Amino acid sequence: MKKSKSFYVRPLDINHGRVDMSHGSGGRASAQLIETLFATAFDNEYLRQGNDGATLPSIPESCKLVMSTDAHVVSPLFFPGGDIGCLAVHGTVNDVAMMGATPLWLSASFILEEGFPLSDLQRIVSSMAQAANEAGVSIVCGDTKVVERGKGDGVYISTTGVGYVAEGVAPSGDGARAGDAILLSGSIGDHGMAIMSQREGLQFEADIFSDTSALHGLVAAMLVTGANIHVLRDPTRGGLATTLNEIAQQSAVGMMIDEGSIPVNSTVAAACEFLGLDPLYVANEGKLVAICAESDAPQLLAAMQAHPLGRAAARIGQVVKDESSFVQMKTKLGGQRMVDWLTGEQLPRIC
Amino acid sequence: MKYVDEFRDAALAKNLATSIALEAKASRHYRLMEFCGGHTHALSRYGVLGMLPSNVQMIHGPGCPVCVLPIGRIDFAIRLALEYNVILCSYGDCLRVPASNNLSLLKAKAQGADVRMVYSALDAIKIAHNNPMRQVVFFAIGFETTTPPTASIIKQARAVGLKNFSVLCNHVLTLPAMEAILSQPSSVPLDGFVGPAHVSTVIGSAPYLSIAQRFHQPVVIAGFEPLDMMQAILMLLRQVNAGCAKVENEFTRAVTPQGNLKAQALVNEVFEVRDAFEWRGLGVLPASGLKIRREFIEFDAEARFPDLIYSSVPDNKACECGAILRGEKRPQECKIFGTVCTPDNPVGSCMVSSEGACAAHYTYGRYQIQETANH
Repeated sequence: MKKSKSFYVRPLDINHGRVDMSHGSGGRASAQLIETLFATAFDNEYLRQGNDGATLPSIPESCKLVMSTDAHVVSPLFFPGGDIGCLAVHGTVNDVAMMGATPLWLSASFILEEGFPLSDLQRIVSSMAQAANEAGVSIVCGDTKVVERGKGDGVYISTTGVGYVAEGVAPSGDGARAGDAILLSGSIGDHGMAIMSQREGLQFEADIFSDTSALHGLVAAMLVTGANIHVLRDPTRGGLATTLNEIAQQSAVGMMIDEGSIPVNSTVAAACEFLGLDPLYVANEGKLVAICAESDAPQLLAAMQAHPLGRAAARIGQVVKDESSFVQMKTKLGGQRMVDWLTGEQLPRIC
Repeated sequence: MKYVDEFRDAALAKNLATSIALEAKASRHYRLMEFCGGHTHALSRYGVLGMLPSNVQMIHGPGCPVCVLPIGRIDFAIRLALEYNVILCSYGDCLRVPASNNLSLLKAKAQGADVRMVYSALDAIKIAHNNPMRQVVFFAIGFETTTPPTASIIKQARAVGLKNFSVLCNHVLTLPAMEAILSQPSSVPLDGFVGPAHVSTVIGSAPYLSIAQRFHQPVVIAGFEPLDMMQAILMLLRQVNAGCAKVENEFTRAVTPQGNLKAQALVNEVFEVRDAFEWRGLGVLPASGLKIRREFIEFDAEARFPDLIYSSVPDNKACECGAILRGEKRPQECKIFGTVCTPDNPVGSCMVSSEGACAAHYTYGRYQIQETANH
């Protein structure tokens, strides 16, 4: 896609310019936007091929390909601890990582709304580039479309990730067995409450930051222990409660968790308290749940706690035999109750 | 967290559970009604129910504002949004309540109605201010707790001269509902009431005296924290065992005998008691709801849209919400509980709000049915 400097009559005015319909037309304006904003920020050897698709190298022998995709529509686009850009990288990287895989390549599609400030778009693209860089993945292909003003909400980003997983590593939602230990990598509810604190009509001041981060490094550190990880999941929308219910259903088991062992940051707990939310149902973007045999749990937990993204990791309960696949919880008070699926929407447009 | 953890302390809870077990006489059964949906929710969410002796039964009362709202009132709101093209502002809880024609406010929204969820009554005023060309209606529901904020926004709307704002008033009163529960012939015999928490901060503890005396019912006003509930249950058992029927206040940190006089004055200025109001489950109760006074009629949606006539709609025949709200049946005794009617596809209102008896039992207590069946 190399073009001489004079190819565009005027440079893109990133500071004051806005997205207009011509940026999605496929014509010269589209090319200029892609070249100035996206290609520069995401630059890598595959993207530089400049074709409709990227030709990618072979993966190591005896490994399998893993692929996942995720659409991001978060509102607001910028929130404490992150923005839609890094979220779009982390979300897909984590989905690939939850397969026990090493993510390598991403595609990224942008749906932009007419009138969206180019300066905001640049912030988002830089954040994506930085997140991809830190995660060691390359954004190898992409697409940009523009919709009329009022038909979108600034920007939506859809990313697809490809990675590889070693033969024999196969964590899966149906892998939980009665007697297994349930491990959680850290505090819950941070992402959802960070978004909530910025929402129109609800803004409150609190030191709450989204936990958005790429988890494949943590997963790699866990796999190194040799522990047989039966299930790996990141509890995003619907929170920990919904993820545990999904696993219980898929594995046809029940769960008994201990409320007192689940880490919740005090500011998140306080914000949930006054909004009447249960942190168990609030979204996370940088946490994982691992389920393994009881005998593997101590070393796996130790490996998690030794990693920067798992410092507050805890053993939060046990998989039990239960034909109804109920997730139950010993409350801090000393009672017991069910932890059900999320009903309806606790908070829309969270990721 | 300060002021929260103290009221959820496991060691204190254990002590209280022991005291309750000692106080409950094995020879008898205790039927206590927690009036408020907030209490129902707390009992379930913190697992208090499982810490009570089996002869102390908690019966869920009608104090869930969403649950007692009859279908006709939701239909009214939906028609305003769909046919009159108003911006309808509602608290989130109401959005999923099933109404006629397989609609709810949420489904009406999907059909193009402009329905907005607000976190506070004040947000509705802001929406009206920002949309001067549209009529904005606030769908006001709730007992005495949410009435003062509604009164306050009506006064604000008057003060700033808002011409495009009105309130569809569905505010109801606690005491007539308690009386109905105690005097309807089909009601279950009760041994005492856990009295409302937030409602009592507004109306005070004194108004319950008449209930205690006329119906010989012990009433203990309790906060919404689990230890509040357990302490109140213990106080009720003591009264029952001693044959007393007093009004006691466990929630002294927030409730006074007279309540919040400022809030009461505000409510009286804007609202007056309706001749009668329809409740889901309890039927039409005289002097049980509020309407906007004539002086503020310009903000009364029922007056602003006079072509819209309220009509009563019977509940789904299979739904036992009515009997559950009267304390006659438990959620699991309803034939469609957990099968046809679930929180995702609610048939009755008690399955909608997290304060509803059915939703609380479905979400937090369903495993107990299985345990009972297994034993």
